Amino acid sequence: MSSPIFEDYSTQNDDFNSNLAGRHRSGRIWRLIFQVSTMIGIVALIILLFNVVDSAFGYVAVENEINPGELAINDIPVEKLHQDDLVWILNQYLSAGLVRRLESESSWEQRGRDEIYTLVIERVINPAIVDTWSLTESVFQKKQVFADAAQKHPGASVEFKSWLRGSFLITPQSPEPEQAGVRTAILGSLWTIIITIAFAFPLGVGAAIYLEEYANDSQINRLIQTNINNLAGVPSIIYGILGLAIFVRAMEKVTSGAIFGMVDSTTTNGRTILSAGLTLGLLILPIIIINGQEAIKAVPNSLRQASYGIGATRWQTVWHHVLPNAISGILTGTILAISRAIGETAPLVVVGASTFITFDPDGPFSKFTTLPIQIYQWTSRPQDEFRNIAAAAILVLLVLLLTMNAIAVLLRNKYSSKV
Amino acid sequence: MLPTNGSAPDISNQIISGTDDPSLDLKKRFRLGENIIHVLLIFAAAISILTTVGIVYELGKEALNFFSQISLLEFLFHTKWNPQIGDFGILPLLTATLMTSFIAMLVALPIGLSSAIYLSEYASRKVRNFLKPILEILAGIPTVVYGYFALTFMTPLLRSLLGKDLVEIYNTASAGIVIGILIIPMVSSMSEDALSAVPRSLREASYSLGATKIETAIKVVVPAAISGIAAAFIVAISRAIGETMIVAIAAGAGPNFTLNPFRPAETMTGHIVRISGGDLSYDSIDYNSIFAIGLFLFFITLSLNIFSQRIVRRFREVYE
Repeated sequence: MSSPIFEDYSTQNDDFNSNLAGRHRSGRIWRLIFQVSTMIGIVALIILLFNVVDSAFGYVAVENEINPGELAINDIPVEKLHQDDLVWILNQYLSAGLVRRLESESSWEQRGRDEIYTLVIERVINPAIVDTWSLTESVFQKKQVFADAAQKHPGASVEFKSWLRGSFLITPQSPEPEQAGVRTAILGSLWTIIITIAFAFPLGVGAAIYLEEYANDSQINRLIQTNINNLAGVPSIIYGILGLAIFVRAMEKVTSGAIFGMVDSTTTNGRTILSAGLTLGLLILPIIIINGQEAIKAVPNSLRQASYGIGATRWQTVWHHVLPNAISGILTGTILAISRAIGETAPLVVVGASTFITFDPDGPFSKFTTLPIQIYQWTSRPQDEFRNIAAAAILVLLVLLLTMNAIAVLLRNKYSSKV
Repeated sequence: MLPTNGSAPDISNQIISGTDDPSLDLKKRFRLGENIIHVLLIFAAAISILTTVGIVYELGKEALNFFSQISLLEFLFHTKWNPQIGDFGILPLLTATLMTSFIAMLVALPIGLSSAIYLSEYASRKVRNFLKPILEILAGIPTVVYGYFALTFMTPLLRSLLGKDLVEIYNTASAGIVIGILIIPMVSSMSEDALSAVPRSLREASYSLGATKIETAIKVVVPAAISGIAAAFIVAISRAIGETMIVAIAAGAGPNFTLNPFRPAETMTGHIVRISGGDLSYDSIDYNSIFAIGLFLFFITLSLNIFSQRIVRRFREVYE
């Protein structure tokens, strides 16, 4: 500090210096506040995931109507018994009328041993979950859980249950939470998304190409652009109402398949997979268009000029030069839009997703339910076990979405170095 | 908005075709394929217009049916919504919507803005690259999962903190808080974009006058980016008003004219979902009423969105 100006300044401004410590202190406090605020988002994410996992696994107390030990014949436990013995057990424990009905549905020979064994478990042993505990309770308060169970449900056996398991993915919906699965919901989601993609991808990319490569700066084109930006901000439930009015009601002949003579046996009205897919398509169209425009904008102009320079037409330029260079960006945007569509619930409730179906959807004209709808329904039930399977279904949905996002990131990384 | 790149190469053709060589015809030829493609692309772009027209037309048509039976005054000012006995006053639904949105804003605006300031002014590149994807994940989680979170975590938490007598199982407070959490990433990323767009020279000028980092951030950078931040806030409000699944799951079923955030109340969106959950018969007053509510909702969110775009255009400081 040899400069006289600095010396004067620092000695004559004691106010400045005395104030400085306080200003820095308040700076540190604010910085801490900012940091904590940023952390809140992350903490919320962790709690949310933890909360889901916590419910998807844990101890359950199971009460059997009849103890499996009682069913053993000559000391052979029930799970190893021969088919004929299992049939004998059914005859023994169930009413004659019920046995006759079961046999008339499909004979014992046709059913085979495994199916009869399932019948024995479902009808004779009839296990029912009477109490559930979360994962944290199961891990940290194990003794407490067992003591609780012994006190409240003396006859029940306590076992660790993972609600998310292989059979959960491949069994259809059921009124019993232990037997319910997400098979119908996953298939419904897939069908819906296929239709959404088939509808929204070509239209979205087409609109993006038009706006970026063809449109001149006229009033009408500016209107289209503003309109698309506004549509992206419309609440999803409004699209549901639109879908209800247009696809379900006004276009009922098309969406129910009547016009093609392909009416599904399950439903005759317009509340079908087709209506749901088209509604979601309208919903994500603005997102695909906006992302597509960004991707096309990023293609360097020199490529277009070079193409025109050697005599290519406008479409040849777009098809052979612009699109190949923009495709990774377009696909990334589309995948993100689709993962939004997969998670949508509200518009599908309005369009008329079914509350309870146990059969697989077999085409665009059948009744449907989707994964988020299933989660919504299970969450709204009061019983604890439905919360557990809702948590398991959420895990399935999140894994699905995470995979799609990972694909989007990989695509972005793979192609971004090329241009 | 519209770029001018990709202009057609037709000027050069005319110049060249002006040569004397008759065998060399380079005039722009009529190509059917090109024109068909052009028309198809225009059609694709027009779908968006058709969507808007469809929304306004369909909502308007059914809402007109509704208002031919219920007067607009009754709809706007009656304090009961009870379709069974013909009470159609939107106020209970509207107050519930405003309450959840207000609570959501109390959560999302301060936290979102603070984290935007942290990410843009304080965080190093490395920290930012780590934090931003996490916030993006938060924004990508389906809202039905947030609804589950509100019902199975936030509500029990509130009940254990404030007492089970005060807080009911379904309440607008927990739905509002969770909507707030849902919106944090949106407020944060839009505000951060606005803050990052403020040129470095402004910050350096502030430092050179002896301002500390926090003074620069709050007194220089934030005011310079205020239009972008305001736009983010307004878009966030519009998003909170339109949010459906969280309120449908956690806020309660049944219209309730109350301002107590710990009591159940049904919002406009929640009501639409509940009513249309069953098999709704066409042309019933219930069916018409969801269109009236939808139209109301559409106009609120649309005007908020347009308002936010206006703010950005009108008050944006243009640097360089």
